[in-house]
Amino acid sequence: MFSKEVAELLQKLNRDENKDDLKIISIQTNDMLNSKIPAGPLENKWKNYKSTCKLVNPANKRKIEVIVVGTGLAGASAAAALGELGYKVKAFCFQDSPRRAHSIAAQGGINAAKNYQNDGDSIYRLFYDTIKGGDYRAREGNVHRLAEVSGNIIDQCVAQGVPFAREYGGLLSNRSFGGTQVQRTFYAAGQTGQQLLIGAYQALERQVALGNVDMYSRHEMLELVMIDGKTRGIICRNLVTGELERHFGHAVLLCTGGYGNVFYLSTNAMGSNVTANWKAHKKGALFANPCFTQIHPTCIPVSGDHQSKLTLMSESLRNDGRIWVPKKQGDNRKPNEIPEEERDYYLERRYPAFGNLVPRDVASRAAKERCDAGYGVGTSKQAVYLDYADAIKRYGKIEANKQGLANVDEETIIKLGKEVVKEKYGNLFDMYEKITGENPYEVPMRIYPAVHYTMGGLWVDYELMTTVPGLYALGECNFSDHGANRLGASALMQGLADGYFVIPYTIGNYLADEIHVKPIPTDHPAFADAESKVRDRIHMLMNIKGTQTVESFHKRLGKIMWDKCGMARNAEGLKQAIKEIQQLKQEFWSDVRIPGEINEMNPELDKANRVADFIELGELMCIDALNREESCGGHFREEHQTEEGEALRHDDKFMYVAAWEMKGDHEWQLHKEDLNYEVVKPSQRSYK
Amino acid sequence: MEHKNINVKLKVWRQRNSNDKGSFETYDANNISTEMSFLEMFDVLNEELIRDGKDPIAFDHDCREGICGMCSMYINGRPHGPWHANTTCQLHMRAFNDGDTIVVEPWRAKAFPVIKDLMVDRTAFDRIIQAGGYVSVNTGNAVDGNSIPIEKDKADASFAAAMCIGCGACVAACKNSSAMLFTSAKVAHLALLPQGDPERKSRVVNMIAQMDKEGFGACTNTGACEAVCPKEISISNIARLNMEYTSACLTSDK
Ligand SMILES: Cc1cc2nc3c(=O)[nH]c(=O)nc-3n(C[C@H](O)[C@H](O)[C@H](O)COP(=O)(O)OP(=O)(O)OC[C@H]3O[C@@H](n4cnc5c(N)ncnc54)[C@H](O)[C@@H]3O)c2cc1C
Ligand code: SF4
Ligand code: FES
Repeated sequence: MFSKEVAELLQKLNRDENKDDLKIISIQTNDMLNSKIPAGPLENKWKNYKSTCKLVNPANKRKIEVIVVGTGLAGASAAAALGELGYKVKAFCFQDSPRRAHSIAAQGGINAAKNYQNDGDSIYRLFYDTIKGGDYRAREGNVHRLAEVSGNIIDQCVAQGVPFAREYGGLLSNRSFGGTQVQRTFYAAGQTGQQLLIGAYQALERQVALGNVDMYSRHEMLELVMIDGKTRGIICRNLVTGELERHFGHAVLLCTGGYGNVFYLSTNAMGSNVTANWKAHKKGALFANPCFTQIHPTCIPVSGDHQSKLTLMSESLRNDGRIWVPKKQGDNRKPNEIPEEERDYYLERRYPAFGNLVPRDVASRAAKERCDAGYGVGTSKQAVYLDYADAIKRYGKIEANKQGLANVDEETIIKLGKEVVKEKYGNLFDMYEKITGENPYEVPMRIYPAVHYTMGGLWVDYELMTTVPGLYALGECNFSDHGANRLGASALMQGLADGYFVIPYTIGNYLADEIHVKPIPTDHPAFADAESKVRDRIHMLMNIKGTQTVESFHKRLGKIMWDKCGMARNAEGLKQAIKEIQQLKQEFWSDVRIPGEINEMNPELDKANRVADFIELGELMCIDALNREESCGGHFREEHQTEEGEALRHDDKFMYVAAWEMKGDHEWQLHKEDLNYEVVKPSQRSYK
Repeated sequence: MEHKNINVKLKVWRQRNSNDKGSFETYDANNISTEMSFLEMFDVLNEELIRDGKDPIAFDHDCREGICGMCSMYINGRPHGPWHANTTCQLHMRAFNDGDTIVVEPWRAKAFPVIKDLMVDRTAFDRIIQAGGYVSVNTGNAVDGNSIPIEKDKADASFAAAMCIGCGACVAACKNSSAMLFTSAKVAHLALLPQGDPERKSRVVNMIAQMDKEGFGACTNTGACEAVCPKEISISNIARLNMEYTSACLTSDK
């Protein structure tokens, strides 16, 4: 078996070098995961589930308490929906308000199979595109459900007053996004995430006002509380006072977002972290496909060592912009001085059918390939151009026609075109100019891929429950719907699907059997135990009093991950990375310096708690990447590619979800969930 | 883009917690690349402070791309610093010259108590939203998204108001610490849409009442809010709010 090979490799690595530092990693497999996908034809599964799942009657709902950790799109929508149903909800976030969750930053849009454009869209096609885009590593049942509820999301958001872009006739406008050939993306300029989150936030605040939800902002969950094998609450730290608090819940929902910040530099908000998920993982929740990370092709390149985060230029820019590099290596001319025939529009060249709209993983690797081959641009040479000159002219001509102008000169056309582009993408162009000091209406933007999204996450079944009873995971923090690569505009859809339309049904199926459980007082020994564990860890961290800052460790971790577990991976590099991360962990726990006190606002301590968990996660990601000896979606193993350099899957060996169980320090056990494709026939993805 | 390294002096407000009196402290930030963002300059300074065994400067931030509304520094007498339509996190060091002294303070308003250094408590804004900044529609009750066409102009105007990021710069800039721009942006966002219509009256009345209760000041139309708003929320929203308020009071049958 392959996994034995990997185990042997790792053990050999451990024997060869630094015997003392490294512990043995055991990898075994067994196939016991039950995804609870309902029986029956694909299109009836969700319908049947909904009509047969257990319900909790209204009087009993009032007696049941649910904890929602995280109030981004997934958490805010879940907390609001559960509050509306009558559950007693407590919601938590680490920002000062739920309105500031990372979801706020989503730019481009949200997909839904409405077929308002009459261009051939359907639930099946959205389902199919998502499965294919995910490179056949997602569950059919989940993805079909996602496509089924996608339309309801748009309806719900419109009803809440989300001001989506509209056409002159007053109807909703759509645009296209990578990896698809229909226009199904709904948007609000370049601020779709903001508008959707504000909608969910308002729904949540309404429930707060009604007394159905208690909101705890500036709170961070640091431990899960288990009683008799079931999730019964959390321990969290009040970030303002530093105090630890105990909270009971009949069930706990983690809606804590993705872990892209394990790479230090990513497009995620600075505070995005894996801590809540990692605590759950340590309590037995399996972590699925941790190595599936998405590198987004269009981000503003790194400018120097001071860089603290990377900024995304929405994928929607690829609709109209053209991506190119000079045909000559090391060409130092200014972009506008390079004549048309000396430009290589490499995506259009390599992928004529999808052109600049190939999926993200494909576009990112193509950019890396050009830069590695010496065609990169800008001072760092780690960038390609995203050019709007053609689009400006094209829109200018259309606008001139619309306005009935005859014989217009080039200058007027460009002026009109710029106005159209400004209306469509103005805020993105402004953002680019603020960061780089360059005007993208005049010179092409420089872009490079950056870590953006994590498809991996806590393993959940069809009901979104993790392997820990009563513990659910929603939104980006679960692994469920995007396989090995997420299509643009599908994360917002998934977060809101999970929160508004899935969990309200599936949680009832569990809670129906909990109605006789009285709220457990938080002086129960399990709460005391969990709290003292958290307290001990914080004291341990504070007492290291070493010499290196938390930030410096995070940066080093990020560099290891980006170099060896980033856009391209190979066995040698991954083994090296595992070793380096283990050493980094030791160093962190013996030499980190955290200033300040425990019982006060202490952002460095908050960060230390998060970085400590990122380090452990980094190791698991590398192990997972090493185990998956194939290339699929965002996971590209250099040893496994076609002659043309495309990802080469090995469906015979890896058509499964890799779900890891933590067994101890540096020790994990692999569980597999086989993926069965009953409707779609997996094939080599082709966007040519 | 050309870049260089500069040295600047920072006068920063330090305050341990809400009970502490607080005072300015001066720091040198040397060798700062003009390509850095303002917050990255703070990162560099904080790393130095930690290495020197001092307490780093606490400030709020998260997205670092001008959308979450978390960052909130009052820089050289102006919320979010010198650039127009900009947030602190989007400000870059090329806005400054070698040798400049930069004064950095937290938002100052009774309704925004300081938590630590440059961090303030803005939960008053959440409570204003709780008072009525929503449409009362339960999940699953919605009709098809295209069943009610909305004039593009109205939808666009509503969106322009909905772009508010809740940062509080408007309050910080206002000599009365009024929250009118923030509140009016929400009232306008929802009043311009058919979905917001049924609750128009109660919404404006309740939100204003909450605003007063939180201790925000009255609006005397100085326009400082609009001038500093990173999202260019128009002061005409305040006029709309006043209109909505008056008509709600006149026609209220309660
Ligand atoms: C720049 C950018 C642009 C994007 N654009 C798009 C797009 O156009 N379309 C699209 O579909 N997707 C897009 N995405 C992806 C999408 O935004 C995210 O995947 C999605 O918003 C995640 O939502 P979430 O609710 O799962 O998590 P988040 O929004 O990340 O929320 C996490 C929540 O958890 C809380 N939290 C975390 N840890 C703890 C803890 N320990 N204790 C307490 N609270 C905690 C946080 O406070 C927060 O409230 C984009 C992502 C980025 C980075
Ligand atoms: S109105 Fe402008 S300044 Fe005031 S909170 Fe909103 S975005 Fe900030
Ligand atoms: S950090 Fe989000 S707006 Fe500045």
